[in-house]
Amino acid sequence: MSLFSYIVRRLLLMVLVLVGVSLVVFAMMMLLPPGQRVAIYVNSDRITPAMMDAMIAKYHLNDPAPMQYARWITNIFRGEFGYSITASAPVLDGFKRFFPVSLELVLVAAPLIILTGVLLGSLGAVRKDTPVDHFTRVLAIVGFSLPTFWLGLLLLMVFYGFAGIFPPSQLSNDVRNIVFGGNFHRYTTLVTLDGILNWKWPVVWDSVYRMILPSLNLTILNSALIMRLMRSSMLESLGQDYMMTARAKGADRRTLIRRHARRNALLPVVTISGITFAQLMSEMVITETIFDRKGIGWWMAQAALQLDVSAIMFDVLFLGTVYVVVNLLVDLIYAWVDPRVRLS
Amino acid sequence: METTTDQRHLRTMHPRLRELLFTTRRFLKNPLSVIGLSLVVIFGIIALLAPVLEPPKYPDPYRIPHTGFRIQPSPPSAEHPLGTMQQQYDMLYGLVWGARSAFRIGVVVVVANLLIGIVLGLLAGYFGGALDEVIMRVTDIFFAIPFLVMAMALVVAIGRGLKAVIAVLIILGWPSYTRVLRSDILVTRNKDFIMAARASGASHIRIMFTHVLPNAMYSVLILASLNIGNTILTAAALSFLGLGSETGTADWGQIVSLCRNWIVGTPTDRFAYWYVVFIPGFVIALFVLGWNLMGDAVRDIFDPRMRRR
Repeated sequence: MSLFSYIVRRLLLMVLVLVGVSLVVFAMMMLLPPGQRVAIYVNSDRITPAMMDAMIAKYHLNDPAPMQYARWITNIFRGEFGYSITASAPVLDGFKRFFPVSLELVLVAAPLIILTGVLLGSLGAVRKDTPVDHFTRVLAIVGFSLPTFWLGLLLLMVFYGFAGIFPPSQLSNDVRNIVFGGNFHRYTTLVTLDGILNWKWPVVWDSVYRMILPSLNLTILNSALIMRLMRSSMLESLGQDYMMTARAKGADRRTLIRRHARRNALLPVVTISGITFAQLMSEMVITETIFDRKGIGWWMAQAALQLDVSAIMFDVLFLGTVYVVVNLLVDLIYAWVDPRVRLS
Repeated sequence: METTTDQRHLRTMHPRLRELLFTTRRFLKNPLSVIGLSLVVIFGIIALLAPVLEPPKYPDPYRIPHTGFRIQPSPPSAEHPLGTMQQQYDMLYGLVWGARSAFRIGVVVVVANLLIGIVLGLLAGYFGGALDEVIMRVTDIFFAIPFLVMAMALVVAIGRGLKAVIAVLIILGWPSYTRVLRSDILVTRNKDFIMAARASGASHIRIMFTHVLPNAMYSVLILASLNIGNTILTAAALSFLGLGSETGTADWGQIVSLCRNWIVGTPTDRFAYWYVVFIPGFVIALFVLGWNLMGDAVRDIFDPRMRRR
């Protein structure tokens, strides 16, 4: 199969999966009676049942489900996702406000996670059955077993509560005033990058400073999987014939491990790294809630808790799209890096 | 001398029994898996003996007794060995009965997921064709749904509480089991002994359940043992976010959530309330660690590349 037809087939499947995701989300939200779906837009007890019925009629929430679904989908194609109360803005505006906050953290945390996993994993494999190996294995299992919310709370208790450093929330009040006080151009919407572009170093410093603890939290919890995969994949590549060949040709230990073993062992890690990247977005739900960062994870938590239906449906579709696209990219990279992988 | 009789004895045993014996021996040789097993057994004993260890004070044993309404937690004392949470809920009582909740959630969810996974995976892998295509595309869809967000929304939609959490984890958790079992069945399905069974006129049901499934279900069982810890973590996370049981219920995630406001101590003692933050999360971590150590050992034992070395 040629690369072109492979991509076309995968894109078609992708659309199918996304349509499926939209159907499932819609069906699950339809479990709610119409009254509950408008409830979040009503915040006064003076609203009478008759007024509620009028609202339900206005938004056609009593129509047959297929009609409501069709209306939702057509609105999506028009770029209308409804109004989100938890963002107090239209859904898309809310997204534009919250997404960069999370993206920034992911861009800091993801390289840390992958680097930690790859380094410790290959160290464990090279020193197989030594204390180093046992230590990294136990570390991985422990990292796997820690509750996200508890680790976050502990980090905050020790660093913020006791030592008084690394406070939660995204920016300090002074810096917030600089960022939102005019004279600060939001070129990229990523605060750290904008700080550099605006030549405002306090902004850069504050933003990075407050990302240290959350990214540490994410790294401890998420590098375990990569670490274990890297270890087993490295063990496999250390046992291959080409290692023997390289050794016979007189390569030193450093070259053997770095150039020959590790490079070949990285392949499966590519896949899992892609998935980790996509999943980090939903991991944000807890990390951002604990560290009080108003990003997309925080928004999703609020939306789910208060049944902000339009925000929930948008977020699920968005994360579903990220997941499918990342998966496709990973498979393509995989095929490109490793010619042995046939596209099928 | 003893070993030879032992080996002869082994050879005459039923192969599945021999397999079980071999597995148990390897399991008990690994210190990590023994630690894991001990942790789970200790928690199991605590959960079983909960009515004896901490006799309930209300008709509903999952309600934690509290003495007074003072907001500040109080440190461990003779009366409250692990201290109290805010509003003077007794920590030890909550953790002991919480062990029961944790076992209930973990076991119910994983067994239900396993059953759904087995039925769908078996149908998809054994019959193939259009049925396979449909089932696998549905699992693709569920893989693309962001788990935690959907779980949260669904719990709120069904109505908060532990039962809703369990139901939602079942609804969203089955796809990985289906996928793993199906791929193993695709391999087993074309083995000679299946052809032989078919040629001798066995029915589909008989072939599926007596020949295909027993030979293809190791991976999915390992997945299940690795997933118990994970399931409890997710349930605890949902409880922590305020979706599980009501305040004052013996449920670990709920207890951590009740204690989250105490990370900052008093001006004179900055670690004043460390016990309410540390203890409940530590208990969850130990419980999950126990299951993960066990699951990990089981996986290593069944991994054909690591076997009989």
